[in-house]
Amino acid sequence: MKAAVIVFPGSNCDRDLQVSLRIATGNEPLMVWHGDSSFDDVDLIAVPGGFSYGDYLRAGAMAAKSPVMREIIARANKGVPVLGICNGFQILTESGLLPGALMRNAALKYICKDIHLRVETNDTAFTRGYATGDVLRIPIAHHDGNYFADPDTLDELEQENRVAFRYTNAQGEQSADANPNGSQHHIAGILNKNRNVLGMMPHPERLADAALGGEDGKRMFEGLVRAIA
Amino acid sequence: MKARIHVTLKNGVLDPQGKAVEHALGSLGFDGVEDVRQGKYIEINLSETDPAKAETQARDMCEKLLANTVIENYSVEIA
Repeated sequence: MKAAVIVFPGSNCDRDLQVSLRIATGNEPLMVWHGDSSFDDVDLIAVPGGFSYGDYLRAGAMAAKSPVMREIIARANKGVPVLGICNGFQILTESGLLPGALMRNAALKYICKDIHLRVETNDTAFTRGYATGDVLRIPIAHHDGNYFADPDTLDELEQENRVAFRYTNAQGEQSADANPNGSQHHIAGILNKNRNVLGMMPHPERLADAALGGEDGKRMFEGLVRAIA
Repeated sequence: MKARIHVTLKNGVLDPQGKAVEHALGSLGFDGVEDVRQGKYIEINLSETDPAKAETQARDMCEKLLANTVIENYSVEIA
């Protein structure tokens, strides 16, 4: 299995994602510059975290219009799995591949800490490494992670089982205290209609090595490889 | 022509920055401050000389980049 990691000016999680995917797939990921309008066929496209284009205008707004994104949108619509983490999630919503928007955190602060997530569905390649209901400890690091969508979109996401992850406490229970950024319905990650595009604010690639404090994120990459390869 | 564009959050979309500004104004002693909403103002010089065409162009820019219409409204003024 071959993965591509997209690199924008201001991406800062691209190398972490490269390492996680190299270990999980056994192949060197293709690093693709944002200005490239075409790249080799791959089995997975990963859009990393960071501050693409300095978060100018809105987080992810500029990156969503870059040449490489036109290609990614076309491939996503053909069924190629696309994973967006943090700024990658913001870019996927700005590009229209995922519904809703990521707004300024409710408390207005940049938050960098470990939080807990509950896996809401494993009916997608992205979460095949987990069981529905699993609780994971994974870091978040963002200023704009407050998920917003209109009521109809939220209903659709819930009815179609497209919420992949929700913020919870360590016991897997939802509460206002366990919602770090004010996201509606405690949403931490969502899928598109075809379930081949996932956007999530937490960083699985930062907890994919025991030396870095945990491996809850590693299971995502391992599960992905099993599901795709 | 010059396009003057305001981008504001839609009604019903929570604006925590506006709320923080509202509280700060209150704590400075400004009474009767309500519903502060923070937005963006963008000025663009356009080589287009026809006002109607300039407005169409500016609106297209808002739809495609300047505003995120999931959460924001925009208004365009051509001068």
